[in-house]
Amino acid sequence: MPRREGTPTPPDPKRTEEPSELLRELVAHLRQNRTQLREEWVVRITETRLLTAMTKEEIFAEATSVYDSYVEALETEAFEALQAYARNLSERIIPRGVETHEVVGIVLLLRDVLARSLFAKYQNDFKKLNRILDAYEPAANRIANTVAVGFVQERERVIRQQQEAIRELSTPVLQVRERLLILPIIGVIDPQRARQLTEQLLRGIRTNRAKVVVIDITGVAAMDLTVANNLVQTVEASRLLGATVIVTGLSPEIAQTLVTIGVDLGKMNTVGDLQGGIEQAERLLGYKVEKLAEPR
Amino acid sequence: MSVGEIRVAINSDQDIVSARQKGRAMASELGFSSGDATLIATAISELARNIVSYARKGQITLKGVHGSSRVGIVVIASDDGPGILDIRQALRDGFSTSGSLGLGLPGVRRLMDEFEIDSQPGRGTIVAVKKWRQ
Amino acid sequence: MEVPILKQGAVLIATFQAALSDADLNQLRMGLVQQVVKFRSRAVIVDVTAMDVMDSFASRTLREIAHMIRLRGAETVIVGIQPEVAFAMVQLGLTLEGVATALDLEEGLAYLNEKFKTTS
Ligand SMILES: Nc1ncnc2c1ncn2[C@@H]1O[C@H](COP(=O)(O)OP(=O)(O)O)[C@@H](O)[C@H]1O
Ligand SMILES: [Mg+2]
Repeated sequence: MPRREGTPTPPDPKRTEEPSELLRELVAHLRQNRTQLREEWVVRITETRLLTAMTKEEIFAEATSVYDSYVEALETEAFEALQAYARNLSERIIPRGVETHEVVGIVLLLRDVLARSLFAKYQNDFKKLNRILDAYEPAANRIANTVAVGFVQERERVIRQQQEAIRELSTPVLQVRERLLILPIIGVIDPQRARQLTEQLLRGIRTNRAKVVVIDITGVAAMDLTVANNLVQTVEASRLLGATVIVTGLSPEIAQTLVTIGVDLGKMNTVGDLQGGIEQAERLLGYKVEKLAEPR
Repeated sequence: MSVGEIRVAINSDQDIVSARQKGRAMASELGFSSGDATLIATAISELARNIVSYARKGQITLKGVHGSSRVGIVVIASDDGPGILDIRQALRDGFSTSGSLGLGLPGVRRLMDEFEIDSQPGRGTIVAVKKWRQ
Repeated sequence: MEVPILKQGAVLIATFQAALSDADLNQLRMGLVQQVVKFRSRAVIVDVTAMDVMDSFASRTLREIAHMIRLRGAETVIVGIQPEVAFAMVQLGLTLEGVATALDLEEGLAYLNEKFKTTS
């Protein structure tokens, strides 16, 4: 049927609506039934035992915001606001121990709750129901995807941050006395951590004006060739800053690795244990080292 | 954020300094730590010096790369100089045809994450290296 | 860019102002050796605090300077290498082996004082 300019299109039951038109109708429905649908959703969340780390009030408050952002995303087909909200939500709930499956779970629940209400509304017009669902599904999936991805990214960021903090903590550069630093390394060293340790130590040498550094590797089980190389580089770089490095707690296995990569152990300053290393460091610094009297 | 491409003509040892300063600035702009920016600047210095020493002139191209999940910097050193006879040999620590330390190319390889070299005698040399932001 | 050379007692101090070109480095080498001879200096301190990068050419030049100065009976101390620069140097394989190093000018002077005390 040809359309004339200027006149509004008369309602025509046989005409097929544009998907955007369907979405608009859908959005109107969701707005009208906001209170009831949101309530239903919250009930389903609690029944499914999702978000157990949060109180009822908190769940309700978040559900309200998610519901509104969800409807808005459907309406505008712009996902930025939802994305920002998802990130913000994640930031708040990740520290409370909320898991990825819970976040994905609640968004999928909302999708179902809304789909069911559509079933109910259009149960007498099967064709229309199908068309509405065709328009709704891809949009709903994109929304679920956006929220899930936002959450996962935020979670990864938090985990990275925590790892960083743990790393910093796990290897402190200790100043035991003026101009003397101790770096007790414990655990597994991968190249990334080795790099971090080196940078930390070099900065430490500069800020503390250290002249001697004792690197204790008693707590290091094994070292591959790359990490052994890093250790040697750390010793060399420290010297470039004017500090002498003493390595203590070298196991026979690690000593062997060092020899394998061509390190002249005679040139490297090694002492059996940490105590001996500190004593030698103090001698280098000109302190008198006094042995404690043997207990009688 | 978008950082374009920068080309620095290398004609004298003065240009080595400006190439590495531009490289450091771009690295910082791309969000590299200052430690990494120093590694990148050092690599640029070595590549630019090889151009001056062996090809007399050439250029250094710097550009940011934005992968799907990471950001990096690419440094391309190219010249139309004499080229390298035996690349494997040139990449060995301590090998030098000019009596210098022979640590430039192998060192650059250690400083950066990715390293590619293309050179033929009489056809010039291209060294392309990449570093990813941590 | 010229590298100023300061004379403090028996010690010559050369301070790198900023990123130096090869030509500057070569000039410094000549200047230092001449002055060590002229003033009969016992030591030279090269302060590289301001250097943003120490590549293989700069490193080799510093080693050559130290070597030539040793041949004239004096010692060289390199001071002021920045932590990040040191890290890059060892990655390259540059360790300035055989050349004394100190944290900064103050430390370099303290090191030399100690040394002169015990040797003279
Ligand atoms: N751009 C270039 N053109 C021609 N030859 C080169 C170039 N870069 C490097 N080379 C060759 O590779 C060798 C190794 O280079 P490098 O590792 O930088 O050490 P060095 O510069 O100290 O000799 C050089 O001695 C030279 O023969
Ligand atoms: Mg070179």
